[in-house]
Amino acid sequence: MFPAILFYIFSATIILSALMVIFSKDPINSVLFLIFSFVNAAGIFLLAGAEFLALILVIVYVGAVAVLFLFVIMMLDFNIENIKKETKKFLPLGLFIGAILFLEISLMIYTPEIFSNEFRIIGKSYISNLSNTEILGNLIYTDYFLQFQLAGFILLVAMIGAIVLTLRHRDYVRRQNISNQINRESKASIELVDIKLNDRANNDN
Amino acid sequence: MIIELGHYLILSSMLFTIGVIGVFLNRKNVIIILMSLELILLSISINLVAFSAFLNDSVGQIFSLFILTVAAGEAAIGLAILVVYFRNVGNIEVDKINKMSG
Amino acid sequence: MALFLIVFLPLLSSLIVGFFGKKLNLMLSHIFSCIMIIIPFFLSLYFLKLSLSGSYNLVVPLFEWLNSGDLITEWSLRLDLLTSVMLVVVTSVSSLVHIYSIGYMSHDPHQTRFFAYLSFFTFAMLILVTSNNFLQLFFGWEGVGLASYLLIGFWHKKDSANSAAMKAFVVNRVGDFGFLIGLAILFFHTSSLDFDTIFSMNEQLSSNNFSIFNIDFNVLNTACFFLFMGAMGKSAQLFLHTWLPDAMEGPTPVSALIHAATMVTAGIFLVARCSPLFEMSQSILSFIIVVGASTAFFAATVALVQNDIKRIVAYSTCSQLGYMFVALGSGAYQIAIFHLFTHAFFKALLFLGSGSVIHAVSDEQDIRKMGGLYKLIPFTWIVMLIGTLGLTGAPLMSGYYSKDGIIEAAFVSQTEGHLYAFYLLVFSALLTSFYSWRLIFLTFNGKSNISTEIFSKIHESPRVMLFPLVILSILTIFSGIYFADYFMSHDYQFLWQSSIYLSENNHVIESIHYVPKWVKYSPLVMMILGLITASIFYLIYPNIPKFLSTQFNFLYRFLLNKWYFDEIYELIFVKNISKFGNFLSNFGDKRVIDGLGPDGISIRVMDIAKQISRIQTGYIYHYAFAMLIGLMIFITYFFVRV
Repeated sequence: MFPAILFYIFSATIILSALMVIFSKDPINSVLFLIFSFVNAAGIFLLAGAEFLALILVIVYVGAVAVLFLFVIMMLDFNIENIKKETKKFLPLGLFIGAILFLEISLMIYTPEIFSNEFRIIGKSYISNLSNTEILGNLIYTDYFLQFQLAGFILLVAMIGAIVLTLRHRDYVRRQNISNQINRESKASIELVDIKLNDRANNDN
Repeated sequence: MIIELGHYLILSSMLFTIGVIGVFLNRKNVIIILMSLELILLSISINLVAFSAFLNDSVGQIFSLFILTVAAGEAAIGLAILVVYFRNVGNIEVDKINKMSG
Repeated sequence: MALFLIVFLPLLSSLIVGFFGKKLNLMLSHIFSCIMIIIPFFLSLYFLKLSLSGSYNLVVPLFEWLNSGDLITEWSLRLDLLTSVMLVVVTSVSSLVHIYSIGYMSHDPHQTRFFAYLSFFTFAMLILVTSNNFLQLFFGWEGVGLASYLLIGFWHKKDSANSAAMKAFVVNRVGDFGFLIGLAILFFHTSSLDFDTIFSMNEQLSSNNFSIFNIDFNVLNTACFFLFMGAMGKSAQLFLHTWLPDAMEGPTPVSALIHAATMVTAGIFLVARCSPLFEMSQSILSFIIVVGASTAFFAATVALVQNDIKRIVAYSTCSQLGYMFVALGSGAYQIAIFHLFTHAFFKALLFLGSGSVIHAVSDEQDIRKMGGLYKLIPFTWIVMLIGTLGLTGAPLMSGYYSKDGIIEAAFVSQTEGHLYAFYLLVFSALLTSFYSWRLIFLTFNGKSNISTEIFSKIHESPRVMLFPLVILSILTIFSGIYFADYFMSHDYQFLWQSSIYLSENNHVIESIHYVPKWVKYSPLVMMILGLITASIFYLIYPNIPKFLSTQFNFLYRFLLNKWYFDEIYELIFVKNISKFGNFLSNFGDKRVIDGLGPDGISIRVMDIAKQISRIQTGYIYHYAFAMLIGLMIFITYFFVRV
């Protein structure tokens, strides 16, 4: 009973926040609603028994990606007035198409059984000694370690890409040019000069 | 009331539809597009986790994990492009991005 | 072998001088091209001697040309008396013109091209006369037409030369159209294009009829009519003559070679060669005689009032060709060839002499602006006199024998219309004499109308130009006496058996020796009358011509404008055809064919592409939307199917 109520609360909230993400006027509000959706989705995952994934969702999606969105919105100087104006010309057509899409997907997945008892998710009992994390770990590092490595590469490439795209060399920032430093020759940097000692060196001046 | 697979799938498809609408319905803000993409990916993750719970097979969750990774990377790059675009053009209105018209 | 050399040495010379002339030394190429024609000339003389001493016939097959179904033709060279006479004519005049051109064209920057064209023309003409089948003859026919076009338009930077060359080619083409139809008829009924095959079937052909639109036509008459149409075009007879005076735009050596001695005689040669066919169709022979006589009369009347020295000589050629056709129509083929032979020499002499005159007065061609030249260029004066005496038929000169022979043949001929031809020819002899002496008197005698600056530069031509004139004068004087018997006397008719066919009723050659005395002397009387009249008009009372031209102004202008033929043709044919051609080109070609075809398709494709490219708005959300709609269409489709 209780899980069902939780499920409905979570799902209603997700739908509502998703709608607000799209239709809210202020981009900061949109991001915050997105974060809210992610958190509710984590709740749904927990109900389905995927606790590792739920918390990873919170840590990575909310903690990194959404915060990244926030940073970008806050740092770039958008013209908020222009953004707040919106045209409602295509709204009916878009909603109509969306409704059709939803209808079609539903029709595709609909068989009477999916609402029947055998398909239950919450309350399904499987007995296992291992926690969800351990099960996942057993699979990732043995059967799917190649995909794991590739995911690491993807992240590497994304990082490099982001840096390459946005890096600007500013003129007033000084940098080290290490290869120049190492290849310095003594002849270019040191000059031996004969200095004439003057007579006052022996005095105490 | 028992929550069956159907509920999860309906939820997932609703979210998917909302994300898709968000991609092409907004005229004001490119960041909304990126956020809608995240919503779409989230809906897929819900779908996968639902099936993984139903079929008692953890592969769905592993796939969902990788989706998460890719989504993070793609959001990073998308935002980087947006930043560079903003530097050059000065605004991020979707209506004005039509330089590649043919 | 020698025959092969005769025909192909000029081709070799043409190719070498044409392609490499600029790189070789100029004098070397001159000498080379002249030698390449002179050698064939001596070989032709040798062949003529052989043919005249006994019946000498030769066929040299070269190689096969076409082999398609019934049509089997090969390249082969044929030699008989007719051919050897023509060979001598062609090679002699050609070599003399080559030598003359060395001097005449010495200031021209494009001489090597000129010599190449001359040699090419000689080659084509030689192929024409040595051909053994109609197709090879047609090749030569077209080749000389092409060479004529190239040579008339030699100074291609002059507009008038270009138009004249075009006119010559197009009028020739009308004739060639007739020629091809004649060939087609012959081939259709004999399945062959060989001379021997066709000539042996001449009786059959004359008795066969074919019908078009339920009208019966006799095969041989129709074929001969069309062949004669080709001859009319090439030899500038009455209705297809308009190109000949305009062809004087080319250099004078060209006029001498092509439009006096050789190309225009190709038509005569054709009819003579096809004598087996023409002898069987009496109606066509009457047609030929009428056309020839009318041409002779027409051209003589126009030549009376022309003022350009070359135009006078051109109309004179036209007129003399008419004489030759009268001879052919009368059945006296040998006499026609004899007149061709002598005419080549004195006409070439007249042309080259006028070239010398033109050269002397710094390229002035209007005879009203000349006069009194006989003391300044005496040598040219004498050769022009000799040429004129030959043309008008002074006794013992070559023209006397051949021209009088024609007039007598016209009198005794059996062909219908021969009397019409006879009276016209006699009258034309009077006119010929008049205008020839008018030319001489206005150019060389009388008051001089030359401007002083030209006067000071008058000089006799260089020796390289005078040498051919000397040779031609000798030929003019002596060729008549020496060769008359071979052509006209009864004793030598056996020589002509293999080349010219005479039907059983044709006794013209014998009968001409028995004509009444008045017929015999009429040309001579006419000539003297003409001489006297011309001297009265131009030497003694020079005001008479002006008085007559103002009194009979309409007649004068009618003759001066060549009977308004050009204007009539322009009105009837040229305007309408060019309108039709413009219509086809603008509407038919540009709008319909191009519109439905390449242009239309390309414009439509571009239109459609432009419309389609409006889908590419550049807005990503439009693209995403389109993707979504596409996705849904797919889903719906699969959904409905399943």
